[in-house]
Amino acid sequence: MLELKSVGAGYSAFQALFDISLDVRHGEAVAVIGPNGAGKTTLMRVISGLIRPQKGAIAFEGRDLALTPAHRIVELGIAHVPENRRLFARMTVEDNLRMGAFMPAARARFRQRLDFVFDLFPRLRERRDQIAGTMSGGEQQMCAIGRALMSEPKLLLLDEPSAGLAPVIVQQVFDLVRRIRSGGLTVLIVEQNVQQVLKVVDRAYLLEAGGIRTAGTSAELLESKSIREAYLGV
Amino acid sequence: MQIFDIYLLEALINGILLGGVLALLALGLNLIFGVIDVVWICYAELIMIGMYAIYFLFTVYHLPFPLAALIAVAAVGALGALLHYLVIEPLLNAAPINQLLATGGVLFFLQSAATVAFGIDFRNAGIRLPVLNVAEMYISYARLLAFGAALVAMVVVYLFLTRTYIGTAIRAIAQDRQIMPLMGVDSRRVYFVTSAVGGALAGLAATLLVLQYDVHPFVGLSFGPITFMICVLGGLGNMIGGFVAAFIFAEIISLGGLYSDLEWGYVLAFAFFIVMMFVRPQGLLARRS
Ligand SMILES: Nc1ncnc2c1ncn2[C@@H]1O[C@H](COP(=O)(O)OP(=O)(O)O)[C@@H](O)[C@H]1O
Ligand SMILES: [Mg+2]
Repeated sequence: MLELKSVGAGYSAFQALFDISLDVRHGEAVAVIGPNGAGKTTLMRVISGLIRPQKGAIAFEGRDLALTPAHRIVELGIAHVPENRRLFARMTVEDNLRMGAFMPAARARFRQRLDFVFDLFPRLRERRDQIAGTMSGGEQQMCAIGRALMSEPKLLLLDEPSAGLAPVIVQQVFDLVRRIRSGGLTVLIVEQNVQQVLKVVDRAYLLEAGGIRTAGTSAELLESKSIREAYLGV
Repeated sequence: MQIFDIYLLEALINGILLGGVLALLALGLNLIFGVIDVVWICYAELIMIGMYAIYFLFTVYHLPFPLAALIAVAAVGALGALLHYLVIEPLLNAAPINQLLATGGVLFFLQSAATVAFGIDFRNAGIRLPVLNVAEMYISYARLLAFGAALVAMVVVYLFLTRTYIGTAIRAIAQDRQIMPLMGVDSRRVYFVTSAVGGALAGLAATLLVLQYDVHPFVGLSFGPITFMICVLGGLGNMIGGFVAAFIFAEIISLGGLYSDLEWGYVLAFAFFIVMMFVRPQGLLARRS
């Protein structure tokens, strides 16, 4: 479904990703783990088009993403929940969700998508007229995920959805990822919370210093000595 | 004492009427700034062009006023879009001072072009609207009309910004421009639409001002500085702040002019602005840090 081949990318003079090759198959949930500054967020941005690759190829369902204008990538079925949520904090929940349905195909199905998101997050239905920035961190994260789901994506990119949330809420976020998956959506998730995320995904890549260090199934990574020492603290 | 109260009330009412028009002026500028992060220093010169458009269409070519107004609004809207395309877009990533200088250059260009094309004569569109005499107060019908039209325009802009997708995107882009591609929004298109709307508002302002003022190449100087002060006082880019500040300024001008002539009202308004810049440099309703 998604395939990166030898991708290099970065910010003007600074290269953050080197020779990344990665693939996500239809219906899978895949995690990207790694320390701070490894390039995980950059990887998500290069997939959704916020930054363009300097080298290599990115294909989604056979289409070359490097040739697709950034604002058209969401139309192909890729929705990106950015790091730190990035809600439109001074707009209402409903306006935020409306922005998620900006593209013409999603506009036409706005009502249905709104019902879908509200069924997934009943909290958001209660708060639809509230200013997004005044909600709790967990509610804001739901709103950010809801906004991404408004476009009816095939692939959902989640960048550290559990960051900064209380433990109970973190649990809810991972439950949610499980539910979204079972609905047939393909998920690529970046997480610091390695122990938890490996329980909900099929496979994972370990990113370090802009390169892929290791890849494997969740079970393999949970048993790997180096991962256990570095990321699971055991 | 009785007669004084009537003057006071009349000045208050005229202040409110002036406030509506000033609020319309501020809205256009705030919209552009809030969305594109660029100050159109030449905003009042777009209004000047619009006033000439109406002068020629209505007074010289005798088109019906509503049609002349419609054409002027559309033409200045197109001018706003053109300004964005030719001047702003190439400078979007330039330093703010360069953008300011560029739109300042457009200001002088439009003034000189108008001087060359139309001369420095004061031209009057020759529309004589009656002055209403209500309870011994004199209220200009032109001002009443301008006030009403400005309010209607502001409601229309409000509905556009809150009820349409592109309007919602215009508000969203002012909050976080980097993630707009994730929403499927082409920021360049939103900037273009915003510039056209900002221009059209200048065209509408021209339609209302031509009822009360003569047209000449430097007429923009009568509206430009006061509009900037209103926007800064309300918090640049803050449309509600601009609305409130417009009425505060208008009342200062109108009530300040009560004791001698109107020029004193302006002096007071400018002095108030300078004091406020010390007290609340971030604007009345601060938004940007
Ligand atoms: N906008 C940016 N401009 C310049 N450098 C950046 C930017 N964002 C991130 N970086 C740099 O790129 C590297 C990777 O960052 P990032 O992808 O955010 O890592 P992670 O998400 O794994 O913590 C870091 O060295 C970081 O300093
Ligand atoms: Mg990150």
